[in-house]
Amino acid sequence: MAEHNHKDEVTGVDTTGHEWDGIRELDNPLPRWWLWIFYACVAWSVVYMIFMPALPAPPGFEGFTRGLTGNSERANVAQQMADLQASRSTNFDRLQNADFQAIENDPELFRFAIAAGRSAFGDNCATCHGSGGGGAVGYPNLNDDIWLWGGTFDDIRYTLHVGIRSDHPDTRFSQMPAFGRDELLSQAEIRDVTQYVLQLSGQSFDAAAADRGAATFQNQCVSCHMEDGTGDQAQGAPDLTDRDWLYGGSADQIEATIHRGPYGVMPSWEGRLSEPMITALATYVYSLGGGQEAGGDEMGAGGQ
Amino acid sequence: MVQILPKAAAPGIEQHDAEAVNDAANRKLYKKREPIYPKLVHGKFRLAKWVFMILALGAYYLIPFLRWDRGGGAPDQAVLVDFEGRRFYFFWIEIWPQEIYFVTGLLILGALAMFLVTALFGRVWCGYACPQTVWTDLFIAVERLFEGDRNARIKLDRSKWSFDKAWRKIGKHAVWLVIAGATGGAWILYFHDAFDVLSHFFTGGSPISAYLFFGILTFTTYTLAGTMREQVCTYMCPWPRIQAAMIDNDALSVTYRWDRGEPRGPHKKNDSWDGRGDCIDCKACVAACPMGIDIRNGSQLECINCALCIDACDDIMKKVGRPTGLIAYDTDINIEKRQKGEKPSFRFVRPRTIVYAVTLALVAAVMLVALGSRSTMDLNVLRDRNPNFVTLSDGSVRNSYTVKIINKTHEPHQYRISIEGDPALHAWLLGQEDGDLVVTVEPDRTTDFRLFASLPEEAIDRASEPLLFRVEDLVSGEVQVTRSVLQTGYDR
Repeated sequence: MAEHNHKDEVTGVDTTGHEWDGIRELDNPLPRWWLWIFYACVAWSVVYMIFMPALPAPPGFEGFTRGLTGNSERANVAQQMADLQASRSTNFDRLQNADFQAIENDPELFRFAIAAGRSAFGDNCATCHGSGGGGAVGYPNLNDDIWLWGGTFDDIRYTLHVGIRSDHPDTRFSQMPAFGRDELLSQAEIRDVTQYVLQLSGQSFDAAAADRGAATFQNQCVSCHMEDGTGDQAQGAPDLTDRDWLYGGSADQIEATIHRGPYGVMPSWEGRLSEPMITALATYVYSLGGGQEAGGDEMGAGGQ
Repeated sequence: MVQILPKAAAPGIEQHDAEAVNDAANRKLYKKREPIYPKLVHGKFRLAKWVFMILALGAYYLIPFLRWDRGGGAPDQAVLVDFEGRRFYFFWIEIWPQEIYFVTGLLILGALAMFLVTALFGRVWCGYACPQTVWTDLFIAVERLFEGDRNARIKLDRSKWSFDKAWRKIGKHAVWLVIAGATGGAWILYFHDAFDVLSHFFTGGSPISAYLFFGILTFTTYTLAGTMREQVCTYMCPWPRIQAAMIDNDALSVTYRWDRGEPRGPHKKNDSWDGRGDCIDCKACVAACPMGIDIRNGSQLECINCALCIDACDDIMKKVGRPTGLIAYDTDINIEKRQKGEKPSFRFVRPRTIVYAVTLALVAAVMLVALGSRSTMDLNVLRDRNPNFVTLSDGSVRNSYTVKIINKTHEPHQYRISIEGDPALHAWLLGQEDGDLVVTVEPDRTTDFRLFASLPEEAIDRASEPLLFRVEDLVSGEVQVTRSVLQTGYDR
């Protein structure tokens, strides 16, 4: 039971009057330094409430007390964002109509474009192409020297503008038919063409089947993939003779691709991203290593 | 508590009504601080403290104004902690953030030096060099200037308020505030160009952090040195507790030689000194003590070893015609030896001090070597891991690297990058596939370069090709190397 004014015999100090299993708490005064800090904090809290937003409005009123300073963290963040945008605006303005030569010849602008492009890539492109542009099955690797629609800076920027099979009126568009699903070719013919494609790409193949498939290839495929199977970037038709396979290069995978027809899509970024940001993004993708010079010389192969 | 004491402890020697108010036995935990009125003494230790105070304060206030030409647009302040530019300048030394271990090393050196000095001579840091001691000493001197010495100050504090008391008190606090402000003001000079700060500070043009730190340092100097004084050492500072681990029986300490002083008591004219101690119980040592203790009670946590009681006692001993050194730097071991009739001796060379000294020398040597061989360039190579490698149309494999080169000089330098590894390796910089791998880094900058390396299909015979990146400074000839690899994806 609480028992007031109980004096502790040993120390001669009053207890708080509370008792737990015979244990009593001494009612020692607070240290002076502690008290002063406490008073200072109380005083400070009053000052704070006067100057800073502090109290919710009473029932029936909207909002909260604004304080003399009217400080708002939300406004501060908005201001900081605006300042950041303003500090970047010079470089973005320069990217507005820049051609690649102008960007590349200005190391500072080049670095800026790559940094801005990298961040935009992470936000918009990495979902499909991977955070480093490494690609996946059905999503092209942007690091290598293989381009469906061309790998010069201007090609990349144009592809970003119009997208692939997007809703943009000028979109990049190519359509390989679903030869099997739409029954344009029989299963046997598809298997034969597959062997021929294996032959084209220098893999092991069945000679008899490939011979049969060559005729079908001439009839069905050369208009886009060309006689020698090296493809045509103008039509977005891939080179079948290289090592790269967007949908896999094994016999089964090639057969499946011919059967259903690939139909990869990429949205048009016009309108979604600002013009300078698309330029920055193109610079970044170009700089990943696969970018090709407008003259036809390519960086990716290292000039070999 | 009023004690009836004789007016004189000995002929011509004032008997001080001094009480050791900060002595652990007299100190009450919940009692208001008892003011201490240290009496001015004269002597060699007082002189040493004055000299050290002038040197320490002089250095603190003047160093920011020293200039050191570094050229190349770098700041010309000799000692500067440039948070904005992320550099620390100390005369010819420039520390970058990644070299913060030099500062860590300096702190370790400082700690070791403190250990060694404490093991040899006790708390000399506390008594002479600690900023708390130096500024408190200065503040007491100001107090003495306005309010007089010990007895006058006691009398003034007990007197009723008057014009005389008011101007003395106001004057004292005003000068304290000026000194405190100069202390906080000098602090901020170390973080930005001193002349620049001075020209902006008084017109309100300095950043808020400058005023904030000025305010904090002014406030702490004023309170710690003006009003809290010995409480800082007794309650707040951890060093008095830590020093117990450093001090052993052989470490010097300000000691009352009770073997010679006891039994103490007033000495009357023509009395014999036989059969009694040399201490005449005048309490000059207590009156002089800035910590408010009685050194005759032996070694105490509160004692900062400032040795002012030595000066006070020596003065008395000369007056009564007894040898000086009743209070002196000594050890308890020597007291025992003298009691046994042995010759006192000092053991400065002992395992503890040898270990401290050797460690100190080693750390200092390592620091000096590190500082002497500190490079003016640095190299860092980061290999892209996403994607880990890229297979090109002709079957060759390419890796991408970010090569960071740091130019710590104040002129632009050219660097040649070369890669040692498989002879078939081909390397090029972004946008310069046929160029030689020569890059330029602007002064005092870190610059990233994107580098590609590829290996033709026929040269690939393992999953990871080791590479050695070598970067040569074409101006200074300095070379830095770092290892990396080229991942090929080979699994046959």
